[in-house]
Formats: sequence, C-alpha cells, structure tokens
Amino acid sequence: MNPATKTSDINQPAAHLRVVSDRTASATSGIQLSGVSKTYRSRDGEVPSLRPLDFHINEGEFFVVVGPSGCGKSTLLKMISGLLPPSTGEILVEGEKVTSPHGNVGIVFQNSLLLPWRNILSNVMLPIDMKRLPRDEYLPRAKALLKMVGLEGFERKLPWQLSGGMQQRASICRALVHDPKIILMDEPFGALDAMTRERMNVELMRIQRETRKTVLLITHSIPEAVFLADRVLVMTERPGAIAAIYDVPMPRPRSLDSMADPVFTDLVQRIRKHFFTQGTLD
Amino acid sequence: MSESKAPGSVSKALNVAWIRPFLLLIFIVVAWDVAIRLFRIPAYQVPAPGDVVAVLWNDWPELLRQAWPTTYATLGGFLLSAAFGIPVAMLIAGSKTIESYVYPLLVFSQSVPKVAIAPLFVVWFGFGIVPKIIAAFLLGFFPVVVSAVQGFKSVDPDMVDLARAMQGSRFHVFCAVNLPHAMPSIFSGLKVSVTLAVVGAVVGEFVGSNSGIGYVLQRSIGTFDLPTMFAALVILALLGVILFWVVDRIERLVIPWHVSQREDIIFAA
Repeated sequence: MNPATKTSDINQPAAHLRVVSDRTASATSGIQLSGVSKTYRSRDGEVPSLRPLDFHINEGEFFVVVGPSGCGKSTLLKMISGLLPPSTGEILVEGEKVTSPHGNVGIVFQNSLLLPWRNILSNVMLPIDMKRLPRDEYLPRAKALLKMVGLEGFERKLPWQLSGGMQQRASICRALVHDPKIILMDEPFGALDAMTRERMNVELMRIQRETRKTVLLITHSIPEAVFLADRVLVMTERPGAIAAIYDVPMPRPRSLDSMADPVFTDLVQRIRKHFFTQGTLD
Repeated sequence: MSESKAPGSVSKALNVAWIRPFLLLIFIVVAWDVAIRLFRIPAYQVPAPGDVVAVLWNDWPELLRQAWPTTYATLGGFLLSAAFGIPVAMLIAGSKTIESYVYPLLVFSQSVPKVAIAPLFVVWFGFGIVPKIIAAFLLGFFPVVVSAVQGFKSVDPDMVDLARAMQGSRFHVFCAVNLPHAMPSIFSGLKVSVTLAVVGAVVGEFVGSNSGIGYVLQRSIGTFDLPTMFAALVILALLGVILFWVVDRIERLVIPWHVSQREDIIFAA
C-alpha cells in the first residue's frame, strides 16, 4: 500500500489534484528504492534516520523532496550517490544495484563547494579528473555548459571573484559535465538571497528541460518544491518517512507567473498542512 | 596638482612594506642610545648601539663565517620537520586510531624542554652538526604537525563526498582536495617552524659546539663582551627574518589563490 494514502484525510482533495501519484514504475530506468532505511550507530545506541522508503523516480523526471530539518533528506541523497550504504533494502539506479559510488550522478550542495585554487573551468572539470576521463574530450563540453548558464568569459576567474549565484551556476555545470543520468541537489539555492533564488529556479528548470536529466532536488521551501517539481515527496520528521507524494499537474514551461496559478497555491497549502499538523514548520 | 604631489609621495613612501618596520627600528635604536646616556647604564650591562654596530662592521667576515653553520643546522632541522611533520599530520588527520595513539604523546614530548635534553644529543652524536640539526628539528616539528593536522581536518566533508561520488580514488581525492586545502595551514606552521628552528640550532650550539652563532654568543657571554653578544643576536634575528621571508615567498608561489594573497591578484574585470 502506498504510504501516501494514510494522510489523504488531511484535507479533501480538490478536483484538480491527484494526491496519490499513479505514475508507472520502470525497473530498468530512473531510480528505484525498495525498503531503503538508514540507522546510524552512535554512542547513545542506534539512531534511526530514515524509515523504510519505497518509491520510484522516473527517467527525466523532476522529483523534489521537502521535509523538516534533520528528516534524513541528505542521507537519502548520499545513499543514492553510493557514498553511504543503506541499512536495509536496495537502491537501483538505471536498473543496477548501488553498492559503491557509481559516478552516474552529479551533485550540487547548498554551498557551491568550488575549489578556491582552481579557476571556474577547471572546477567544472573536477569530475573528469576524478573519473580519469580524457580532458580534451570534455573541455568543449565544459565550456558549452558554462555558456549555457551564462558564465561565458568567466572560465579563467577564481571562484571568489564570482557572486554567490554565479558560483552555484558553475557548480551546476560541474554536476553536468560528465553527462550523468541523474542530478542530485541538496538545497542548492538555500544560501542565496530570495531574488537570486527565484531566478535560479527558472534557470534550473530551463537547464533540466534542455538536458533532460533526472533531477532529485531536496529543499525546505514548499513553493520552490511545487514550482520546480513534476512530483513532490513530502517527508515526516525524523526518522524520515514518506508522508505523501503529490503530482504537480502544471503545464511546462512554467514561469514565475505560475505561482499565481490556483493549482500552485492549492498544492502549496496542502503540503504546508503536513508540517502544521506535525507541529513544525521549517 | 603639483602642490598635492609632495605629501602624496611621502605617504607613498610610507606605504612601501619594509619602510615602516625600518622606521620603528630606527626609533628603537635611538631610544636605546638615549636611554643609555640618560640613565648612565654601564657598558657591561647594556652596550651602546654604536659599539654593536662597530663590532658588526669590524667582525663582519668572522660573524658571517660563524653564521653559516647555524644556517645549515637551521635549514637541516627545518627541512626535516617539514619532511616528517606533514606526513605525520596526514596520518593523524587520516586515522582516528593513529590520532588517539600518537597525538597525546606528541603533545607530551613537546612539553619536555629541549634545552634540558640537548646535551644528550651531544653525548649521542658528538660535536658535529647532527645534534644541532636534531635540536632544530625538535623545535620546528611540532608547529608543522599541529597546523597541518588542523588544515587537513578542516576540509568540508561535503567536498570530499562530492569528489568521492565522482569515483575518485582515496589518493586522487586527497591530492585534488585535501592537500591543497591544507596548504595555507601548512605554510603558517612552516613559518612558525622556521623561526623556531633558528632557536633550536642555537640551543644545539650552546650545549656543545665550537662553531656557529650560538658558540659566539656563549663565548662572548663568558668574557662579558656584550657588543659582540648583541651583534650575534642581530645576526640571529636577521637569519630568522631572511628564512621567514623565503618561506613567505614560497607560500605566495604555491598558494596564490588564498585569501591572504588576494590583494596581489590583478583583476581583469
């Protein structure tokens, strides 16, 4: 049974909303999580971080996870990238079981985490160096990506010479340069000011449409989640579990005007209720 | 325009980095000289700066000849502390187990006064350059380790995760992320280390040597030849400053990207 059904009595679903996602899962593409949980061992004993999760992210989908602080969202991201083994269950990326870093992901963190001693271009090339791929082959791609995000002419600059938004755009290029199937983003715009953040949202949506990557984005911001997502997964407080998965039936391309759409506002309201009834809003 | 030029050039001259400490030095020397005349301090307590300068001038070849053994011992000890300190710091930062075994002992060993055990090195290694190098090494080693450990440990774990998720091997990630990140800390440790290595070398020369500035100091104290002693101190200070400056130059070459160096970077836009 889908865990989302148990919360469907929070509010009677409006006619245009499908509370429970009914997308069909494919075993050989996208990301499949079956019974994935994580328990950390600490000095005080075992600390459950994630309760068993079952869901599937389709190829090319924009999938957003919202949840309160410390609900294990970042753990989820690390497990999908292969940095952290799940305590139970298994994760399939493109049909293959994840046991170690598989390199088929690009990661964007809240901080751009650009290496201060490398210029922008060679920061973008970091995954190529790490994977020991031929530099010459990927250099034109790195330059093209920087051009796509509007950083042409900044290739030789050092990271600190760029604004926060520009740095984050460079780190998105870094996540894309080795052409992974999946982009994992952990609150990528959390450190930016509100105006830059909105602009980056629009930009990210464009990048996703152009590159057709599967995106898993983690955020605290409910409007941001609904604005960007094909589907939104709402998580409960620690230990994290799925509270609900919502489809976002808004047409693409979306613009900032979409935020005035009743579908948008209704969905934001509904998701917000999850956190109000739980007593946290973070 | 021409009127405002004169004060401009004065303040410009003041802004040259080495002018200010030099002015302060002149002031201190003048104050020193005035104090000696004013309070009639006898020459066997504090020598007049003029006498010190005279010794520096007259005995310069001899002092320079004695400065070389001290320089070699300092450099030897300093290079050893860098060569051992950085790998030890890597091990300590890389493994909690090694840290728990080694780090407390290292702190413990640091608390042993080197002057007290320096004679032992003479017993073990004779009167040559070896005991001096070891004394310099023992003093210079600790700051390198402490700074480098701090540098290696302050890497953002997300950054390491990012590189590891791209299938970078441990060694690869270390060279691309951890090591460059630790460089500024390593260099601040090296700068402390190089000045302490001078002290270490002199300690080594104090307890058993017949050459070097430490030996000159020892001999001049014995004969109450205070101008020579002060001249030797000046030489030591110069040695420390020069070595510090050399490390600082190397630092600028190695980590031009660091915050502390940014004013030197010329913007293109």
